[in-house]
Amino acid sequence: MNALSIAGLSKTYGDNVHALKGIDLDVPDGDFFALLGPNGAGKSTAIGIISALVNKTAGKVEVFGHDIDREPEAAKASIGLVPQEFNFNMFEPVLPTVLNVAGYNGISRKVALSRAEYYLKKLDLWDKRKAASRQLSGGMKRRLMIARALVHEPRLLILDEPTAGVDLEIRRSMWEFLTELNEQHGTTIILTTHYLEEAEALCRNVAIIDGGKIVERGAVAQLLSRSMQETFVLDTRANPDAAPSLPPFTLRLRSENRMEVDVPHGHTINELFQGLSEQGIEITSLRNKTNRLEEFFLRLVHRKTEANT
Amino acid sequence: MTQMTHEETVDTAMSEQGPAADRHSKPLDLLAINRIAFQTIVRKEIRRFARIWVQTIVPPSINAVLYMLIFGSLIGSRISDMDGFRYIDFIVPGIIMMAVIINSYSNVVSSFFSSKMQNYIEELLVSPVSNLTIVIGYVCGGMARGLLVGSLVALVSLFFSEIRPVHPFVTISVAVLTSMMFSLGGLINAVFAKSFDDISIVPNFILTPLTYLGGVFYSISMLPPFWQTISMFNPMLYMINGFRYGILGASDIPIWTSFFVILVFIGLLGSIAMMLLNRGIGIKH
Repeated sequence: MNALSIAGLSKTYGDNVHALKGIDLDVPDGDFFALLGPNGAGKSTAIGIISALVNKTAGKVEVFGHDIDREPEAAKASIGLVPQEFNFNMFEPVLPTVLNVAGYNGISRKVALSRAEYYLKKLDLWDKRKAASRQLSGGMKRRLMIARALVHEPRLLILDEPTAGVDLEIRRSMWEFLTELNEQHGTTIILTTHYLEEAEALCRNVAIIDGGKIVERGAVAQLLSRSMQETFVLDTRANPDAAPSLPPFTLRLRSENRMEVDVPHGHTINELFQGLSEQGIEITSLRNKTNRLEEFFLRLVHRKTEANT
Repeated sequence: MTQMTHEETVDTAMSEQGPAADRHSKPLDLLAINRIAFQTIVRKEIRRFARIWVQTIVPPSINAVLYMLIFGSLIGSRISDMDGFRYIDFIVPGIIMMAVIINSYSNVVSSFFSSKMQNYIEELLVSPVSNLTIVIGYVCGGMARGLLVGSLVALVSLFFSEIRPVHPFVTISVAVLTSMMFSLGGLINAVFAKSFDDISIVPNFILTPLTYLGGVFYSISMLPPFWQTISMFNPMLYMINGFRYGILGASDIPIWTSFFVILVFIGLLGSIAMMLLNRGIGIKH
């Protein structure tokens, strides 16, 4: 069974702002799925419709087989939502914020207390349980929204930019937590993010949405294998006068002791190093210019922008 | 993230392990969900106004004391009987009712509007709770504050007046139904409101004047026939006089007419509130 099935989903704001133009999407049960796209692409609108915050214009959405129009309660009970913007009562302390949402989902007080404690401890917020939500740091507020979304233990967790503005250490620990939820507890996770490194590290499948349409979808590994080239940054021991010529690789000088190189699909780093060594160039370090999914994403969106102009 | 030890948990092995992979295999018990959600909303609403009692409970009680002191004891002692009652006794039911009306309305309009402004209304919208439960929950929260402040004002009035309800059942029924009606009104106002100005316009420019003109401080039998007829279109007149009938046993309006008008308004406002929530007007995009 699919955790989420979307068919022909459209949303028009006002008379002529077409946020979604008939998207189709299936997310299998148990998947860790990334929904990517530039700002204004329609990601948050799609998430809003799935979670009953936005009225759709046309189309069909099913969550674990429950149509959001015919069985809205069953669909909503299956979803936990972590929205992009903070949306809790800033004056309410942390623990009641989580307990209230448990209550709205019909969780008894006793079970709700137990689960709230579990998730607040898992997310390092238990010590702050009596603090008003407005007193939390940005990272803590994000984690509070995750704890609140999980208190009714949904089968589908939707996170809209969950790590925006969160420092690296907390981001990594959130990744571990989400991976555990997905792998050990079978929770299907749909994630939108601007950190494509995050999508590449966590997600098995991905859809890229742009201009209200899905422009690419598939397994992350499969999309990456379709990349035509990868770009690396090389630090060199000496400072070359000019970029070496080394077909099929394209090298560019970037700054003192630093070059960029495009490695076409099908060629190896070993070939590159061998060629550079033959020209007497020593490499002291190597790194990806951007992460691979990010490169694919930028090329896709850039290609579309060029086609439109 | 930290790993929890066994000693730290409140109870149950379930929460120690997180969600079970085969959860939600049973069909939803919508009745139980809505019952617990209703209790949660009411508890939250009562906690809200109790937490800020200096803003929500104290000022209306002090206002009522001032009304009774100035209009009842000081000026009232120089005014002759009204409909056969001492002036202070005549105005006490109206002052109590005024507190019920304003506080029921204010509680729901400010609470629901805040939940819209800070977007935490979304906590309810994404949950499987029905719109009817949301409406009833907020209305009960408003009624709790309206009736609490009304009861405090009634207690204070014992220092100024010696009246006791002639018809206790009518007194309580009119107070409960009126607070229900104005809680619904507050909810509808909050749904349409886009700024904090929008939630103060109705209480300041409509409710308060209509309450004053609804016979809190005078009997409409004192008015010329034309203004008596105009007053009949003021819904407050029916609530204040219904409540006055319960306490004094006398009223400008037959009690069944009061009940009828209040119930019609409850039906009307309740239907509008449900229609607004069902369509997502003011709360969904």
